[in-house]
Amino acid sequence: MLLQINGQNREYPAPLNIVQLLAHLQLATERVVVELNREILTADKLADTQLKDGDTLELIQFVGGG
Amino acid sequence: MDQLIIAGRSFNSRLMVGTGKFASNQAMVAAMENAGSEIVTVALRRVDIDNPADSLLSHIDRNRYLLLPNTSGARNAEEAVRLARMARAAGCEPWVKLEVTPDPYYLLPDPIETLKAAEILVKEGFIVLPYMPADPVLAKHLEEAGCATVMPLGAPIGTNRGLRTRDLLAIIIEQAKVPVVVDAGLGAPSHAAEAMEMGADAVLVNTALADTPDPAAMGRAFRKGVEAGREAYLAGLGPQRQQAEASSPLTGFLRNN
Repeated sequence: MLLQINGQNREYPAPLNIVQLLAHLQLATERVVVELNREILTADKLADTQLKDGDTLELIQFVGGG
Repeated sequence: MDQLIIAGRSFNSRLMVGTGKFASNQAMVAAMENAGSEIVTVALRRVDIDNPADSLLSHIDRNRYLLLPNTSGARNAEEAVRLARMARAAGCEPWVKLEVTPDPYYLLPDPIETLKAAEILVKEGFIVLPYMPADPVLAKHLEEAGCATVMPLGAPIGTNRGLRTRDLLAIIIEQAKVPVVVDAGLGAPSHAAEAMEMGADAVLVNTALADTPDPAAMGRAFRKGVEAGREAYLAGLGPQRQQAEASSPLTGFLRNN
């Protein structure tokens, strides 16, 4: 299935939930805020959320800033 | 004890620091520690999924510092609100430095979009600390909208030019019923001291600590500047005069005529 992550198109095999995606990308779940199809997901929803073809994800983290 | 109170929460430090632009995480932590800060700002950006790099949060002790996410990058109210909600979803306490800066050259805050976003975020239960132009009328609107502080700029972000807006800052300080945090443009401890002498409740500094060979030392210097300014303000500064007023006695001169 085709996913758009942070503006980049990527192919992934289904089924895939968000926790699995983050593990694949080597991103700790506590570090990332996930927005799926313009909806912000809380941490408890990540394992239950199955991704599907055409989903758009934003993976956001805290960085230094003033 | 002279404490800074924001949204019912007490702080000993009146020096907030930003975490951006440091040469290393070690430099950032050293600056924060030496500044004695209790509130630090952070930003929200996309993870580089090809090259995730180090996580900022692993370097910041959440027991020691209150994280204040900013909405930097937002060009309008909608983008700012989106960022604030993301920070909240990350498990942060709902404090947000509201920052809406559509023009990348001067990074001046958009007054209309800032007020719009503030109204939305206050209704959603955020504790909103709005970065704003030094406009006393806007400060009143933001206060009435329920913001926990107002944060007028001294000069554009990162310019180190000090209190270019000082006359308007004085009016804001005089009229505000919420704490006034002078944020942006402070480049030297003397700038921070001056803001505190004028009666500001706190200052926020980033570039001045990051853009120096010794962030730890600069953190210490700013800490002293803020404390000095606050102490002078509480002690009561004397008036400025036109005419000289002698410091030594006017009688008993050793003179022959």
